[in-house]
Amino acid sequence: MKIGVFVCHCGTNIEGTVDTAAVAEAAREFPGVVFATDTMYACSEPGQDEIIEAIKEHKLDGVVVASCTPRMHEPTFRKTLERAGLNRYLFEMANIREHVSWIGRDREANTNKSVDLVRMAAAKLLNNKPLHAKYFDMNKRVMIVGGGVAGIQAALDCADGGLEVILVEKTSSIGGKMAKLDKTFPTVDCSSCILGPRMVDVAQHPNITLYACAEIEEVNGYVGNFSVKVKRKATYVDWDKCTGCGICMEKCPSKKADNPFDEELGKTTAINIPFPQAIPKKAVIDPNFCIKIKRDKCGVCAKVCPSDAIVYDQVDEFVVEEVGAVVAATGFDLVDWTVYGEYGGGQYPDVITSLQYERMLSASGPTEGHIKRPSDGKEPKNVVFIQCVGSRDKSIGRPYCSGFCCMYTAKQAILTKDHCPDSQSYVFYMDIRSPGKMFDEFTRRAQEEYNARYIRGRVSMIYPKGDKLVVRGADTLMGDQVEVDADLVVLAVGAESAHGASDLAKKLRISYDAYGFFMEGHPKLKPVETNTAGVFLAGSCQGPKDIPSSVAQGSAAAAKVLAMFAKDQLESDPAVSVVDIKRCIGCGKCISTCPFGAIKEVDFRGQPKAEVIETICQGCGICTATCPQGAIQLQHFTDNQILAEVNAVCRF
Amino acid sequence: MGIVNITKTYDADFVKQVEKESGQDMSLCYQCGNCTAGCPYTFAYDIPVSRIMRMVQAGQKDTVLKCKSIWLCATCESCTTRCPNNIDVAHIMDVLRHMARREGHAPVPTVKKFWDSFLDSVENNGRVFEVGLLAAYVAKTGRFWTDLDLGPKVLPKGKMHFKPHEIQGKDEIKKIFKRFEEESRK
Repeated sequence: MKIGVFVCHCGTNIEGTVDTAAVAEAAREFPGVVFATDTMYACSEPGQDEIIEAIKEHKLDGVVVASCTPRMHEPTFRKTLERAGLNRYLFEMANIREHVSWIGRDREANTNKSVDLVRMAAAKLLNNKPLHAKYFDMNKRVMIVGGGVAGIQAALDCADGGLEVILVEKTSSIGGKMAKLDKTFPTVDCSSCILGPRMVDVAQHPNITLYACAEIEEVNGYVGNFSVKVKRKATYVDWDKCTGCGICMEKCPSKKADNPFDEELGKTTAINIPFPQAIPKKAVIDPNFCIKIKRDKCGVCAKVCPSDAIVYDQVDEFVVEEVGAVVAATGFDLVDWTVYGEYGGGQYPDVITSLQYERMLSASGPTEGHIKRPSDGKEPKNVVFIQCVGSRDKSIGRPYCSGFCCMYTAKQAILTKDHCPDSQSYVFYMDIRSPGKMFDEFTRRAQEEYNARYIRGRVSMIYPKGDKLVVRGADTLMGDQVEVDADLVVLAVGAESAHGASDLAKKLRISYDAYGFFMEGHPKLKPVETNTAGVFLAGSCQGPKDIPSSVAQGSAAAAKVLAMFAKDQLESDPAVSVVDIKRCIGCGKCISTCPFGAIKEVDFRGQPKAEVIETICQGCGICTATCPQGAIQLQHFTDNQILAEVNAVCRF
Repeated sequence: MGIVNITKTYDADFVKQVEKESGQDMSLCYQCGNCTAGCPYTFAYDIPVSRIMRMVQAGQKDTVLKCKSIWLCATCESCTTRCPNNIDVAHIMDVLRHMARREGHAPVPTVKKFWDSFLDSVENNGRVFEVGLLAAYVAKTGRFWTDLDLGPKVLPKGKMHFKPHEIQGKDEIKKIFKRFEEESRK
């Protein structure tokens, strides 16, 4: 084999601490290497042309590029080889940027390490074989997990693009957090008025199947051919019969059930439709509060239901859906703010969360749009907003900015004035973060037109005095400790990853960060992809996001799914395992260790042998390490190739 | 400093009065600090001008009107020139000085006495009579040695006269003062 070596400067990224010319010089001595040079930017057009020229001029049949991580540019250079007429697997990459120049300053040591990495790559390349991709069919259906605004957008875009969509929602209605909001910033338009029609579109779209009250139980398969087991939780109501008339709610005598939709601001009935615009508009019984289910008494709902829909003995059901792609859009939850003793730790009824305040402001909320103190139902005069509750706080493991609290607090201050013209809002803030279209203007409007008094500083304690709450904090701009006599305190509680998000990530085999937010494929260039092919992200499950960004990402994920399904067939990676049938003893160890079920037992002249199903194999290599005979080999990473690398680096 | 209860001590009338007299909107100030950054007198101030702006926003009348800074302001208008929100900060300082005077606050008496002497001189002479102003100021403050060293340099140049300037329209100037007195009493 005639090998060409190209050592990239990457501007000064590599050249700054690695003598690339010396690396190229050393590479000329390696077995098989007939040409070596250093190059400014190997990935640029002239850089790639230089590689093609060299292949032709020196009749190269293998190329090593020493540059950045293969995650970044292996696909780039493989295409370069193909353009020069070589098989794309006759290429090796030595990572001398992330693994060398970016992590050490000693030029001599870095140069030596780079030489070793190039030597390993060249040694492996001598053992490389041309490989060819296979093509396989895919199931052009998509599952969207989570029915918030991001999931709704992704579902509608996919469905409008002609795909069959399965939308899975954990709660009894889609709409997510946005459905709970009264108004949206910075336009102060009604949240449910803009979301409601989209929710109806979901319900009526012929291509969308909606599973509400459902969760992902199990995910099998691979890109193009996932098999997802969905648990449809018992609702104790036959939704095929339920018309959503609501008579059951009116008559239900158990009126102290938990009310998650209203953020526990007030109680609700055991049989319940959470809000008037709910999709699907179907009743659900909370078994923890239903007198019939708990004590076998009552049964009023069954008696009054005009469509005979109540089924007290309903059980969970499981359905399996075959899809080609999955979009995770599981959103966020609020940080548990009761860890903060300075805000009362939850003991004062008039210290509430921003989301509870939204429900209070909403005409369909528990107070029908009137601002009332939870303690005595009085209209508050002084309302104090405290920002960064559970955001930007390392001490509770939430060092990140939740991004949208500054804006919704400004909105709530404006709405407070609208609802109670005599009221006065105070906002304790650290910084105002409003980088969006019309965002800063909006926070200024709260102060200039609506007279909200912004105080730059933190709050150190809240204590009751008479029927008021005294909020003590700092005004760092005035340089003083200050106190406000508040009637109501609203905490701008920050966002954290949705409860249960990490469990879903494990089922989908996608990674998540230290806070439980799902990891995107690349922070800049692959914002909606994951590192698992066929699984995409939308909305706050990837990190806190406002509504426009969530919608944008929902559409982006849909575009990715549609682009993938626009192909007739998917190309499989030929770097999969292959069984040497002469060596295989049919022990079956590989079959039992394969995490993808990609190996099956076949009969070969009366003897059991292992056989790899190429399209399912993900090339993880576990079988290779398991096989006692060395009979199963991962293509492109065979024992011989890896040993050649080891020999190259352990020469002494 | 003690704890400031900004609900109880917020003086809405004070804020409104400052806004009315200065024609400025206090809520426009977003506390960037540009005014303090450019102020040549901050070294002598007890409260920097940006904090005075903040204290007016917070309705802290007493603290603001009793402070020395408003009397030390030279009205150079660097603050006004540099304010990103086009607030005439120097004008606000001027208004605060007027308000402080009306309330009987003069934490830097020498400055107040200088202004008094200056205006008296203009009222009586139609324009300022330098030596007379000097004498009045020295008499009021007892600062006999102030700027005495400048005398030998200034006097030979003929810039200082021992008699007031004879100018036209003295009486008209007096009338302006009289009218101001009457108007301000209304």
